[in-house]
Amino acid sequence: MGKTFSEKILGLKAGREVQAGEVVTVSPDRILSHDNSAAIIKEFKKLGVKSVKAPQKLVIILDHIVPASSEKYASNHKTIREFVAEQNIPNFFDVPNGICHQVFSENGFALPGKLILGADSHTTSYGAFGAFSAGIGRSEVASLWAVDETWLRVPETIRIEINGKLPSGVYAKDVILKIIGDEGADRANYKAVEFTGEAVKKFSLASRLVLTNMAAEMGAKNGYCEPDEKTIQWLGDRAKDDFNVVTSDPDAVFEAVLKHDIFSLEPQVACPHTVDNVKPISEVEGTGFHQALIGTCTNGRLEDLEVAAGILKGKKVHPQVRVLVIPASRQEYLKALKKGIIEILAEAGCIILNPGCGPCLGAHQGVLAPGEVALSTANRNFRGRMGSRESEIYLASPATVAASSIEGKIEDPRKFL
Amino acid sequence: MKKGRVWKYGDDVNTDVIFPGKYTYSVLEPEEMARHALEDLDPDFARKVKPGDVIVAGRNFGCGSSREQAATCLKHAGVQAVIAKSFARIFFRNAINQGLPVLQSEEAVDSIATGEEIEIDFSSGKIKTKKGVFTFSPFPESVLGILEEGGLIPYTRKKLKGKK
Ligand code: SF4
Repeated sequence: MGKTFSEKILGLKAGREVQAGEVVTVSPDRILSHDNSAAIIKEFKKLGVKSVKAPQKLVIILDHIVPASSEKYASNHKTIREFVAEQNIPNFFDVPNGICHQVFSENGFALPGKLILGADSHTTSYGAFGAFSAGIGRSEVASLWAVDETWLRVPETIRIEINGKLPSGVYAKDVILKIIGDEGADRANYKAVEFTGEAVKKFSLASRLVLTNMAAEMGAKNGYCEPDEKTIQWLGDRAKDDFNVVTSDPDAVFEAVLKHDIFSLEPQVACPHTVDNVKPISEVEGTGFHQALIGTCTNGRLEDLEVAAGILKGKKVHPQVRVLVIPASRQEYLKALKKGIIEILAEAGCIILNPGCGPCLGAHQGVLAPGEVALSTANRNFRGRMGSRESEIYLASPATVAASSIEGKIEDPRKFL
Repeated sequence: MKKGRVWKYGDDVNTDVIFPGKYTYSVLEPEEMARHALEDLDPDFARKVKPGDVIVAGRNFGCGSSREQAATCLKHAGVQAVIAKSFARIFFRNAINQGLPVLQSEEAVDSIATGEEIEIDFSSGKIKTKKGVFTFSPFPESVLGILEEGGLIPYTRKKLKGKK
C-alpha cells in the first residue's frame, strides 16, 4: 500500500515506517519564531538549561511589530537580539527583512522533504515547496530549543484537486477562499491538505504559497504542493541545504479527495467575521469600507503588487479610503521598486509601508476604529483582529482590493481589465 | 470530582476573540492576560469568572492563531477545563502544554446549559451534568504527565533534571 507525503516525511524523521494516526517523536530540520521569541526566551529560561541544543536549526525573524512602536516592543526586540548573540544563532533576520514566512522562503530554508515547525499558525506555508511544516505554540518551541525533539501525530491527508484554468481577473486567492467557503473552517482540522490538479501545476510558487498559507484557515496541520521543475528552479541557489523531493505515492490512502473546478469561478470575498463566510463578488459589490490593505504573508509578493499596480496605474484611490501597501519582504520591495510598481502605487495615493506584518494583527500601522471596515488581502478576518472589536474585515485578492480602492466600495476587478 | 460553573459559547470561538492580537506582544504576565480573557467575545467574562469555572463550546474551539496566550489567559482566569465538540489543532496542543485540560464530547456540550454546575472526573473521564453522565476518552499517559506537572515547561524541566 502506498504512502502519503506526510507518512513518508515523518517516517524518515522517525526512522521507521509510519501510518496516519500514529504518534512519532521527531527532531525538526528548522524551528521558526518571530517577535514571539521574546516570550519563548522567557519560557526557555525556566527550563534550567544554559544553551540551545541545536542553534543552527533556529530561524528567528522579526516582523510582527517592526520597527518597534513602543518601549515594550522595543524591549522584546532587544531581548531577542541579545539572546541571538549569546546563543550564537546564525540565522537571525532583524527588522529590515520582512514577514517571517516570506523571508524564511526566499532565504532557502523552506525545502522539499524537510520537517519545519514554527511558532506561527501560518507555518503551513512551506508546504508550497514540498516541506512538512506545521505551527506549534511557544512552550513547545522553548522545549524544542532545549531538547530538539517533540511528538507529532501523523496526519491523515485530504487531497484537493483543482481543475481548470483561472478566468481572467480571478487568482489563487479567489480559489482558496472558494474552497474554504465550501468546505468550512474546520474541514481539515488535524489533517494534511495536498493541493493538486492542473491549475496548481500552472500556479507560480507565489500563488501556491497563497494556497498553503491559507490551508491554516481550514484547520489544516499542514498544506502541501508537489514539488516540480518550477519549484526546483525557484529554489535554484537559494536552497540552504541539500534536499530530497518527497511525494505521495499514486496508491496512497487519502482520507478524502475533493474536486474543485475553477473554469467559471468569480472573484470571491470572505465577509466578517469568519474566513469561511465566503460570497461571490456579485453579492457584496457596493459594500463601503474605510481602509484597504495590500500585503501580508498571503498576498504581499511581487506578483500581487504587480496585479494591484496594473489596476491602479494612472488612477487615484478614492478620497474616502486609505490604502496601505506593505511588500512582504525587502527583496520583494526592491523588485517592485525596480519595476516601477511602487511608483505607480504611490502616485495613485497608496501609503507604502515598510515590509512586515503591518496592521494584520491589529498592533500598529493602521488599526481600525470602532465602526470602521477594512478590505484586506490577508488571511484572517476574525472580530477585532485589526483593531476595534466593533470593526469589520473583508478578505479578497489584490486585484479586488485595488479595484475597490478606486471606487471606495467593493468592486469587481474584472471591470478594470 | 471537581465542581464548576459553566460559561457556554457557540462554534468557531477563535483565538482573536479569546485573546486579542493587539495584546500578544504587550501583555506578557499571565495574570494580566487573564484580565483580557474572551474580551472580544464576552466582555463580562473576565470580570465575573470564578476559579473552577468551565467553558463549554461548540465545534473548532480555539481556531486561528498559534498564540499560546489563548490557553494561558483562560488557565490563569481560573478556568479548570474547556469542554467542546471539537478543538482546533494548535489550541489543543497549547492547552495541554499550559496544563489546561481540554475535553471533547459532543453529547455533553449539547446537554449543558450556561450557568449550570457540572462535575468533571478527570481520572475516569466522566462529566456529570443535570441531564446525565457523559464520558470523554481519558488522556494518554504522556499527556496526563504534562497536565499533572502543570504544563510542558515544568514537565520538560523535570525530565531534563532527571537526565542529569
Ligand atoms: S502577515 Fe499577518 S498572518 Fe502573516 S505572519 Fe504576519 S501577522 Fe501573521
